[in-house]
Amino acid sequence: MSELRRLIVTDVARHYGRRKALSHVSFTCDAGDIVGLLGPNGAGKSTLLNILATLVAPSRGSVHYGDRCASDGGAGIRGLIGMLGHDLFLYPELTARENLSFFAHLYGLSDVAATVTAALAQAGLSDRADDFVSSFSRGMRQRVALERALLHGPRLILLDEPFTGLDQASTAALVARLQERQKAGCLIVLATHDLDVAEGLLTRAIYLKEGRMVGTDTDSRGLLDRYRKAIQ
Amino acid sequence: MNSFFRVAWHVMKKDLTVEVRSLEILSTTLFFAVTVVLMFSFGLVVDGRPLNDVAAAILWVAIAFSGTLALGRTFERERQNDTLRALLLAPGDRPAIYVGKLAGILLLLGLVEIVLVPLIGLLFAAPIITHAVPLALLVIFGTLGFCAVGTLFAAMLVRARSRDVLLPIMLYPMTVPVMIAGVRGTAALFQPVAEPAVAQFWLSLLLAFDVVFVVLALWTFEPVMTD
Repeated sequence: MSELRRLIVTDVARHYGRRKALSHVSFTCDAGDIVGLLGPNGAGKSTLLNILATLVAPSRGSVHYGDRCASDGGAGIRGLIGMLGHDLFLYPELTARENLSFFAHLYGLSDVAATVTAALAQAGLSDRADDFVSSFSRGMRQRVALERALLHGPRLILLDEPFTGLDQASTAALVARLQERQKAGCLIVLATHDLDVAEGLLTRAIYLKEGRMVGTDTDSRGLLDRYRKAIQ
Repeated sequence: MNSFFRVAWHVMKKDLTVEVRSLEILSTTLFFAVTVVLMFSFGLVVDGRPLNDVAAAILWVAIAFSGTLALGRTFERERQNDTLRALLLAPGDRPAIYVGKLAGILLLLGLVEIVLVPLIGLLFAAPIITHAVPLALLVIFGTLGFCAVGTLFAAMLVRARSRDVLLPIMLYPMTVPVMIAGVRGTAALFQPVAEPAVAQFWLSLLLAFDVVFVVLALWTFEPVMTD
């Protein structure tokens, strides 16, 4: 499970009928990278994340997770991936503990109770563990959702607009958690509009516009200027 | 526990936990089914005597309509917070998610039918006690066939804008054989002189439909859900 060191995206395209959601996207990233997918709405960021998550099959091109391709990896590859969507993938009618336990069982983790307790502590929600998620603030839900995505120790972490709706403290906590996973050798790909937060966090930026990759760079300082230049 | 059944078990358990807390599906389907039966009983029972074969038809109409309602709602929950994507991301066999959802819906509809069948017996003077076992088997296998197709279609349509309209449009034509077998088998039991051999024939047919529908659904669930 832990051998994913490199993600190779080769000439990936995704078409919905005649509409091209994504065309000719290629990049490579390695363990320890935090890759930002940057672009305006409709640029294809979420489509690309869904392809990387194996939830959407590319119309053309391929994605390799280490030496395995999505088309022949199946469940083995899904076990390497943790995803946090813009919708948080949580059941509001369940408590934080029940949500995490459910997904821990789904992932076939061995010591579910201990894993969930540790995840709740990591989210800073041990005292609210048995409260319904529907009673949580956006920031608290986001913390539970992030721990849900990380429960099984994924090597590839995909995040879609993870900073939306978070206050400064929650954003800082999320950034710290991502950096901690980066140091642990995880490969992180995130789609965001929040360039202020992305500045200094990303090791690589990929600029997308109308489904096409219009630029990439490995220096996340001065991101806003280069983003404007690439997207114009 | 085998990983397939572990995933199916936890999906079903989660669905039932959510339902026990909200009672949303159970209350709406039960209310709807009872209302359908009551309305038909006012129109079709004259001087305490129902028209021939109506009890069987009304039972299956109530099962089909309330089943459609339950199928739509159970996947609506997965759509609201996009949790279906999280389920599909889990490393287990994806058809196990289908089996878990199907089992949850079957249990909920089973509860509705526990109220529905005696109500039909009471209002339409149907001999439900005399033929309890074959009737129970017809209802169980009929519901399984209906829900096997319905669960697949409801999952397929979860992201479609007109899913509430499309679900019955796709589901009813496909499940016509199940409905016919259910109605004819039940009608054979409800005759003044019951015809167990006829009911047995329709029951066997239902069983065959169930096997075909469940196998097809298990086979197609993963490709259908991977966009």
